Amino acid sequence: MTDVRFLPAGDTALIVEFGAEVERDLSDRVLSLSDQVRLAKLPGVTETVPTFRSLAVHYDPLATSSETLVSATRELLAHPPQRRPPARLWRVPACYDQRCAPDLAEVARAKELTADEIVRAHSRTRYHVYMVGFVPGFPYMGDLPPELVLPRRTDPRVRVPPGSIAIATTLTAVYPIESPGGWHLVGATPVRLFDSAWERPALFSPGDAVLFEPIPFAEHERIGRAVASGDYAVRSESLAP
Amino acid sequence: MTAALKVIAPGLHTSLQDDGRRGFQDVGVPVSGPLDRVALRLANALVGNPQDTAALEILVQGPTLEVMSQSVRVALVGGSGGLDILDGQERVAPPGESVRLTQGTRLRVRGLGKVSCAYLAIEGGFAATPVLRSVSTYTRGGLGGLDGRPLAAGDILPISAGAVEERPELALPSPLDPGLDQPIRAVLGPQDDFFSEGAIGTFLSSTYTVSAQADRMGFRLEGPKLDHAKGYDIVSDAIVDGSTQVPGSGQPIVLLVDAQTTGGYP
Repeated sequence: MTDVRFLPAGDTALIVEFGAEVERDLSDRVLSLSDQVRLAKLPGVTETVPTFRSLAVHYDPLATSSETLVSATRELLAHPPQRRPPARLWRVPACYDQRCAPDLAEVARAKELTADEIVRAHSRTRYHVYMVGFVPGFPYMGDLPPELVLPRRTDPRVRVPPGSIAIATTLTAVYPIESPGGWHLVGATPVRLFDSAWERPALFSPGDAVLFEPIPFAEHERIGRAVASGDYAVRSESLAP
Repeated sequence: MTAALKVIAPGLHTSLQDDGRRGFQDVGVPVSGPLDRVALRLANALVGNPQDTAALEILVQGPTLEVMSQSVRVALVGGSGGLDILDGQERVAPPGESVRLTQGTRLRVRGLGKVSCAYLAIEGGFAATPVLRSVSTYTRGGLGGLDGRPLAAGDILPISAGAVEERPELALPSPLDPGLDQPIRAVLGPQDDFFSEGAIGTFLSSTYTVSAQADRMGFRLEGPKLDHAKGYDIVSDAIVDGSTQVPGSGQPIVLLVDAQTTGGYP
């Protein structure tokens, strides 16, 4: 574990850094340690936050210390778990109709593909939820197929509607609430990604897998009404550890 | 009789805050809670509440409130102005002292002076429904407090105690000293290696001024430019209350309790 760095973030968090890239192997190590730290219930640890390349271990400095947590974490890293943390595969209805996808034509032009080819490429890929951040419930997912990789918009939007499915760099995401945004909007989902009334307020957790299943615009509207009246549940299944 | 306070004037940004919302940063929900935890706890202590009971956090310019219950006990901690008590015989309740007020009395938070943050606690606490285990207001996500927003004129703030006993009032032994003339301590990292040695030296030895761009998410500083040694784009890393980011402009941004949980600058 010589390649792991322990870095302070003030006096209330320890950053365990595995690397500096967006990479599936790094993410798996981050998520695995996050799971271990939670299960170990280390005294003084208040929560853990996985990112692409690091795990933040937030703690109460009156109850523990950075030194104590570094040695406890080293111990956990020396005994990696046999099984991966439990995760779910979510099948998310996605409407790529032009009424839901204001940037699809532009993306197609930039990538010299047809809109249909973009949709097929985006919806055939099973994405890994690297982390959740930016705003509550915003999932950073990847990796996009190489033919869809492109930089962020030069002109970010002040308001992106909730449910927008977006791509930028090697990643894809869904905007859970209305917010500013610089990613390309290639579709929309009628399902809700964040609800503070849920016990786990975000639909996706880091480590989950997501598939987008294309639906026509009429179906998008129908599911939207069912979601609003509480009569819709997103299909998901447990991923074998 | 309603156990409540009525908001006559809301102030610039007055919000309910308790100890904060923990356990959901991994899904992008910031902790929120008080900008000044010590002041919140002292205000609660003066009215006999558990230390992390929700109180009103007042930023820059405070509210005017009217007592709708039979009697209440409040305490303001933070700033030098105290409270105007408008009950027919005008008087001032200094900061750092509890005061008992009866129905119909209005209280107006006076100018805070050199600080920009104060807390008004009430005996028994405010009666707000926790959202994700906390009543702290997070306005960007619309969570907690009063429908996830700051106070507005005309709001009725329900409180738990309809009446409070008379008792000797409590006061801080000396005014709360925010230490404004003291240097601020910093822990370097996690990306201090993105800066030249000179930039770190500049950061630790210069005076920076808080700019007008300031809210509960964070504030921009103005002062000597900090040069990056390895660029200013990083793969997102976690953020804590007090994290200081330096974007391409070289001007530091100090992130606070409502900041996003991860960020992309060193």
